[in-house]
Amino acid sequence: MTQQIDGSQARRSGLNDYDKAVETYEPVLGLETHIELDTRTKMFCGCSTTFGAEPNTQTCPVCLALPGALPVANKAAIEATIKIGLALNCHIAEWTRFARKNYFYPDMPKNFQTSQYEEPLCENGYVDVVVDGKEYRVEIERVHLEEDTGKTLHVGGATGRIHGATESLVDYNRAGIPLVEIVTKPVPGTGALAPEVAKAYTAELRDIVRSLGVSDVRMEQGSLRCDVNLSLNLPGEEWGTRTETKNVNSLRSVERAVRYEVRRQSALLDAGERIFQETRHFQETTGETRAGRSKEEATDYRYFPEPDLAVMEPSREWVEELRATLPELPRKRRERLQAEWSLGDKEMQSVVNADAVDLIQATVDAGTTPSGAVKWWLGELSRRANESGEELAALAITPKQVAELQGMVDDGRLNDKLARQVIDGVLAGEGDPADVAAKRGLEVVSDTGALEVAVEEAIAANPAVADKIRGGTHAAAGVLIGAVMKATKGQADAGTVRKIILDKLS
Amino acid sequence: MSRIIDKTAAELAADIREGRLTSVEVTTAFLDRIDAVDGTLNAFLHVDREGALATAAEVDAAVAAGQELGPLAGVPIAVKDVVVTKGLPTTAASKMLEGWIPPYDATITERLKAAKMPILGKTNMDEFAMGSSTEYSAFGKTLNPWDNGRIPGGSGGGSASAVAAKMAPLAIGTDTGGSIRQPGAVTGTFGAKPTYGSNSRYGLIAFSSSLDTPGPVSRNALDGALLHEVISGYDPRDSTAIDAPVPPVVAAAKAGATGDLSGVKLGIVKEFAEGTDAAEPGVIAAYEAGVEQLVKLGAEIVEVSCPSFTYALPTYYLIAPSEASSNLARYDGVRYGLRSGDDGERGLEEVMSLTREAGFGPEVKRRIILGTYALSAGYVDAFYGKAQLVRTLIKQDFEKAFEQVDAIISPTTPFIAFKFGERTGDPYQMYLADLYTIPTNLYGGPGVSVPVGLSEGMPVGLQVMGPVMGDDITYRVAAALESTQETLLADTAPEIEGK
Repeated sequence: MTQQIDGSQARRSGLNDYDKAVETYEPVLGLETHIELDTRTKMFCGCSTTFGAEPNTQTCPVCLALPGALPVANKAAIEATIKIGLALNCHIAEWTRFARKNYFYPDMPKNFQTSQYEEPLCENGYVDVVVDGKEYRVEIERVHLEEDTGKTLHVGGATGRIHGATESLVDYNRAGIPLVEIVTKPVPGTGALAPEVAKAYTAELRDIVRSLGVSDVRMEQGSLRCDVNLSLNLPGEEWGTRTETKNVNSLRSVERAVRYEVRRQSALLDAGERIFQETRHFQETTGETRAGRSKEEATDYRYFPEPDLAVMEPSREWVEELRATLPELPRKRRERLQAEWSLGDKEMQSVVNADAVDLIQATVDAGTTPSGAVKWWLGELSRRANESGEELAALAITPKQVAELQGMVDDGRLNDKLARQVIDGVLAGEGDPADVAAKRGLEVVSDTGALEVAVEEAIAANPAVADKIRGGTHAAAGVLIGAVMKATKGQADAGTVRKIILDKLS
Repeated sequence: MSRIIDKTAAELAADIREGRLTSVEVTTAFLDRIDAVDGTLNAFLHVDREGALATAAEVDAAVAAGQELGPLAGVPIAVKDVVVTKGLPTTAASKMLEGWIPPYDATITERLKAAKMPILGKTNMDEFAMGSSTEYSAFGKTLNPWDNGRIPGGSGGGSASAVAAKMAPLAIGTDTGGSIRQPGAVTGTFGAKPTYGSNSRYGLIAFSSSLDTPGPVSRNALDGALLHEVISGYDPRDSTAIDAPVPPVVAAAKAGATGDLSGVKLGIVKEFAEGTDAAEPGVIAAYEAGVEQLVKLGAEIVEVSCPSFTYALPTYYLIAPSEASSNLARYDGVRYGLRSGDDGERGLEEVMSLTREAGFGPEVKRRIILGTYALSAGYVDAFYGKAQLVRTLIKQDFEKAFEQVDAIISPTTPFIAFKFGERTGDPYQMYLADLYTIPTNLYGGPGVSVPVGLSEGMPVGLQVMGPVMGDDITYRVAAALESTQETLLADTAPEIEGK
């Protein structure tokens, strides 16, 4: 029997400081990613795959596993998987087949998952990612096709979890949706940057798949899901025992999960304890990983070739036809955009790290300048996302709204300070920037008559400063500008105010 | 022959088409026969008088309107309870599915309906088609019309008994290791296992996916061929279906009926002959007399060697249970069928477990355990993996043999219908019933069983095996053997005492 190890062991040993941990140990990463394809129909039947339909309305004898029903493989899903394989530089199998992964689970109608085992559709590829100016090659072991399970809902309990629930309801709408699993080879040599490399790989993979148009890859809807494998070893020694952390469902969580496991495992190793090969679950709220039931480790899936489905032999002609349809991939696109936006390498890297390429592109497409778009997304908006612990894209502001905001700045209707207040309003759901500015009364005061009165007052209140300016010390104008801004509650355009002051005093 | 129920399906179809009989008359005659004798035999699990007569009335209206009709329109049929029928209970003779009403039709059911064949009802079988005697039905055993103390074969004992006792002119069976042919042999009826993939498995409750094949049960080869052509043909809903024209089995049965087999080379498997100690002398004698008849019709007998056949039985008993252990995993009480122990206190896993404990019978459990073991980590290569290798060798033996001969013949089963309870105590003795039929399932080719004579007053069957998609030759040889019999063996069954 495997010894039960869970949070209690980690608590006993505590967590190491991250920097200290990576000074002592070398992490080895591994990533398994599941991507739901957005084919029109399910993997083995003709049911719709639309997200969010009434429970159990998108089912049929096949995906409910009624007695006698048989699967037929979805060609569009096979095509999409081959495209993913090609985009990840994989070899596409000449001969491949499905296999049954047998285990009992109520949301899996057949009590086996039709998957692939020894003969995946795609093998041996790679993805290159850049972190901190250094390129890392993440090698892909396999890309295979399988089907998703249904969803179980536990009702009657306080927590929505199985414990304490009085009833369990199953929704089979998701059962049988095509799922592509992408497994990396172990990734050593990332050192302290392991969390960032894991995140960069996941982001790159997501962008590649999105560019192919085969999945909407939305982590928050579960159409892209990650399992993070991690082990630690002392320099020069063999790789350690790995843990597999499931339920890692955002880019930020990928980073946090790796970081947490490094801290947890190093503390155990420091204490002379061993790491158990086990499945752990990431806790979104606390950033911890927790051990699953040790029972799961004993599962024997009894894989064997699926006798209900024919062997697939993708012809080389077909594979080449698909290769020819591949779109511009993210790396190429980034190189193109960097040139178009006239960004330096460092600046572009910041854009990529902030996961802002698509956002900036969309903002530029909505009619603003690249520099304006970059300024907002990497500046104020990144700061807001960090504060709230959200992904940039999850902020309640659209690229179109950012473009509108910058447009108002360009027109002189907003200054940067006012623009930031407008962002407050947009994020609070008060509407588009123009609406927020109107409702909150945040427009720049462009009525020069009103400004001239304010300037006169400022001059009258600060005669000594006015004399300095008259004497040629233009830098002293700042004091008067400040007074005017204060008087207009920041709604004046500083440039205009300065011009009026200098006109009057020279 | 005076009674409607004594007529063959071909005769009944002609009578209906040409207005000598109505389908309602024909269907009623068989329903009445079921009422009269099935209380004794228990061949049916469910009879659909209303549905059958409704279809019959449609056919009669079509005849009256002068519409073009299919070759078996109006001829009623019984369907093995492993084939899904929309709106009609389908249980696979298991408590697990007691009361389940399918919301869809199997492809075969659709084709029977399209052919306007009234469905009389669903026939008894060994639970989930696992067995050779129909003693493993959860709903009581079926009796052999020839001797009510003996088994009707299995798993399709219900279909065979129904046809032998003239409760149906035709029936659908399914054959995974001999479940059409062995019941045919022991009840004196004709049964064909078509080429794997030539008949759709969609809607067939799966036992062993790579072996299961639905096929016809009838009183003679021509009737079987007519039904074969109704149900056969490519189905895009079955990924293992063969997309090729249906072999011309009706023409072949007609050609065989002329009694001419000149130029036909028939193989006899050396290893079967050497292993005849498993077969009863009376069975061998009846079979050999049949071989002599075939020689008289012009056939040439050639000995072929198929050394891997020796391993067919153990190979089958690794592959079939392995696939079954996975196919039967879906019966968990969550979505349909039996649910046991759900008292509001027990958890999901416990309810699933109690359901499977209560719902499956002993033979099904035995095979699930066997298959689970054969697929488990550490054993899968030695058992399931090795069995797949031997399966390839068996295929190669067949392919080599068919380079030399047109068809291969053997006894269908080593022994006549045994007595109830005789082999349930020793699974291996039960499994031996399929000794001669299993190789064809592992290969995927066609095999038919045709009555060849009697032993101890009980029917004996001769098996004809053909190459993949060479179903026509098996019908031709079977029909030729029938042509040597003054009266069809199926027509000589003793009269049944109704209850």
